Parts: sequence; structure tokens; C-alpha cells
Amino acid sequence: MIHVSPSPHYPGKSRTSSMMMRDVLIALIPCVLMAVYVFRSHAVFQIAVCVASCLASEAIFSLMRGKKIPLRDGSAAVTGVILALSLPWSAPWYVGVIGSFVAIGIGKIIYGGLGQNVFNPAMVGRAFVMINFPVALGASAYVSSGTGIHIITQATPLTAAKLTAQVSGLWPLFLGTCNGSLGEVSALACLIGGLYLCFRRTASWEIPAGIFLSVIILGGVANMVSIHKQITVLHHLFSGALFFGAFFIATDPVTSPLTPLGKWIFGIGLGFFIMMIRLFSGYPEGVMFAVLLMNGCVPIINRYTIPVPVGGPVPEKKVS
Amino acid sequence: MSKENPTALERFIWGIIPENPIFRQVLGTCPALAVSTDIKAALTMTCATAFVLICANTIISLIRHLLKPHLRIVVFVLTIASFVTIVDYLLAAFYYSMSLQLGPYVPLIIVNCIIICRCEVCASKQSVGVAISDAIGQSLGFGLALVSMASFREILGSGTWCGFRIMPDSWPNWVLMLLPPGAFFVFGFLIGAVNWFTSLKKNKSS
Repeated sequence: MIHVSPSPHYPGKSRTSSMMMRDVLIALIPCVLMAVYVFRSHAVFQIAVCVASCLASEAIFSLMRGKKIPLRDGSAAVTGVILALSLPWSAPWYVGVIGSFVAIGIGKIIYGGLGQNVFNPAMVGRAFVMINFPVALGASAYVSSGTGIHIITQATPLTAAKLTAQVSGLWPLFLGTCNGSLGEVSALACLIGGLYLCFRRTASWEIPAGIFLSVIILGGVANMVSIHKQITVLHHLFSGALFFGAFFIATDPVTSPLTPLGKWIFGIGLGFFIMMIRLFSGYPEGVMFAVLLMNGCVPIINRYTIPVPVGGPVPEKKVS
Repeated sequence: MSKENPTALERFIWGIIPENPIFRQVLGTCPALAVSTDIKAALTMTCATAFVLICANTIISLIRHLLKPHLRIVVFVLTIASFVTIVDYLLAAFYYSMSLQLGPYVPLIIVNCIIICRCEVCASKQSVGVAISDAIGQSLGFGLALVSMASFREILGSGTWCGFRIMPDSWPNWVLMLLPPGAFFVFGFLIGAVNWFTSLKKNKSS
């Protein structure tokens, strides 16, 4: 009864891309629930718009390339949910639609579809709309007093910390009862979903670990040399899109390195860029740009971290 | 399109679409990306380039028998530079605001690859008539490319076309389209569209 087959020796079927995407969707449930709880109908509207237009653009762009429509692998839905969760609650409908079309079309299909893209599609879409509509996605888009939702009468925690040196409490930041983009408000919800992903091995734990490590170190150093005295390391960890980005965006298997060492380098580099942007740039939050920057480094990280196979290094071919 | 001595008409037609300097040869992309934020700048740039191209092609074609092979590029650049200086001062004298807006891109016509390419490919080998019609065709192609890029960028970026408001007032300006990344997006999409159309034509004819 010895079964002989070439590698990979994996018995289950959980490694297909559609199963992985289903895992991600399951892991996003706490974040979605929290977003709906905090932002009510705004969150439902934003997610519906983004998912619908992501699926539509996947269908349209695949038809243009003359391929059959790969909607069933669920990657477009995942991109849509992540994009929606990274937008502010007040973003008008066209922001979601344009962001989705750019995410799927320019971010993914143009490179050749799922598995070929260099940059995280959701972040490409968000970067596009963020630069395109600075008014609809800037710091002022988060604040409004006329909607009956108490939370959104205040500035987002990182903006408040940056502009007026106000610091919100740690518990609201951790639980999610503070202002922000839809999915990022609750560190707890992201943590639950993220741990599920890591235990299912759909996400590699090295990447979030690397991000947290470098954010803790750099945040601690920044706190000690008092660049932002009132923001402690825990504030840096719980505020903004750090948990959401670390667990759901950075761990995208297509745009992150393949090797364990590479994943550590990727995570640490990401944390470095996040902290640099948060501390020294005009933007309050830098997860998106940090992810895009590190995505661009992935091929070179992969090249320099090829592990040594069992039995020693591969002898170099002689060039005759 | 690799005939030894194309006629004037062929040169003229090739310049517009089949050998469009921007979309097919991908030459002169610096002005195409930099000054295509609005129609007026694009048209001014086209006129300036066309003037330089036509004059340079004429002069080079007239002196083509005197050219020494190892010195020809120097002669091209000197000829082009004299006409660019004329255009630069004309613009500064009669259209100062546009001169300010175009900034360094008018002097940069000197190193515009389109003009050197046309001098090398056509004017230094063929007669004056062919060279002039070639220059006009290439200028039209250049203008077509610049105006089409500027149309996309101006309509999306500021909701206007040539200064006239054509989008509704609620139109959210696509700021990205006025920034350099927007130029690259539009450029890429237009090259893609042109390639798509030519591939459709090829499929039909074969």
C-alpha cells in the first residue's frame, strides 16, 4: 500500500486557490461584522458596491482577454471586500467602482490574472482612488456630525495624533469603537480573523510577526527619542490599518515572498516603511504605500533567499 | 513599409497612423507625457514641433549632398537648435503665459527624437518635396497623439475640453490624470487601443 508520487505530498484539497480564498472570506467575517456594527448601512453599502464591481470588472476584463470568466475562485470577491474595508465610510459610490476596476483591471488582469500580479490588487485600486480623489478619501472624509453615528464625529486616531497630539484610549482602539476606515477600526476583529488564517496556514505567520516586530522596535525607539511622545508602542500597534494590513493585505500569497527568510525580510521591511511614513510623512497612515513598496521588492527578495536544498548547495553549471 | 524610396504621399500617410511617431514608434514621449495635461498646451506644443520639424527637414534635405556621415548628427542638432530658439523666443514674445506653462519643454524640442529621426530617415536621403510632406505627416501624427492624450486627461482631470466645461458640475476631478502617473496610464491604454485596432484590421485583411 505504498503510494509513490512526485511532490507535493499534500493529502488534502485545502490548498487550491478557491479554498484559500474561502478561508480569507471566513477570516474577514469579524471585520465585516465590526464594520457593520460601527458604521451601520454605510459599511453594507460600501462592501456591496466594491464586491459587485470587482466581480463585474473581473468578468469584463477576462472576456476582453478572451479567457473564460474565473469568478468561481473567489479572488475577485476577496479583493472587493478588502478594498471596501480599506475605504472610509463616506466614500461616494464612484470611488468604490473606480477602485475596483483599477484593482482588478490594472492591478491583476493586465499582468495575466490571478497569480501573475506584482502588486496587491486591492492596494493598487486604493492607491489609485486615494491619489485621484484626495477630498473623498482624505482625513476630512472620515469626519461628519450629521449621521447619528457617534464615532464618526471625531477625527481618526492617527490624524488626531498627528495634527493635534491627541491620543485616544487603548481600549477603544483595540475593540474598535473609534473612527477609521471600515475594516481597520477594530484590532480585535482583525486579530481573530488573522489568527484563524495563520492557523489554517492560508496566511504565513512570518509576515505579520515581522511587521509587528519592526513596528514594536521602531515605535519604541521613536517613543524614546520622543518624536511623538504621547503615542506609545501599543498605540502604534492598535491604531490605523496595521492589524488589518498585516493579516489580510500583506499576506496575500501572490505578492509576498515564497521563502521563510524572505517572508521575515518582507514583514520587517513593511513595518519599517509603515513607521517611516507614519512618523515622517504628511500621511497619517502608511500601510498601503508600504505594502506597494515591499511588493515591488518581492522578486529580488525571492532571488536572494533561495533556501539550500537537503544535501548541500546546488553546484553551479559550468558555462562552456 | 520598408521600401527604399517612398513617395511624398506615402510618407505623408505613414506619419499619421501607420508610423505614428508616438503610438507606433514610441518616440518623443517626453513632451507627450509632460505637456498633455490640457488641449491648449498640447496644441501649442504640436505647432512648435511642427514648425521645427518642417523647417529642419527642409534645410537638411537641401544640404543632404554636403553632409559628411560622421558629422551628420551634429549638423542635425545645430539646425534643429536654431529653429527651436526661434520658436522659443516667438512664444515668449507673443504668448507669454503659455511659454511659462510649457517651461523647459520648448527648448527640449532640440533633443526630441522625432525630429532627429525624420532628418536621419527621410530628409538626409530624399528630395525637398518628400521631406516636407513627411514632416507634415509626422507633425499631424504627433498632434493627433498629443490631442487624444490631452483630451482624456483634461476631460477626466478637470472636466473641461479646451477650456470649455463639458462635464456636469458634480463631476469629481480625477486629480491623478493631471499628475505624471495619469499620463502613463493614458499613454499605455492608447497604445493598447491602437495596437488592438491594427490587429483587428490585420485579421480582417488576412
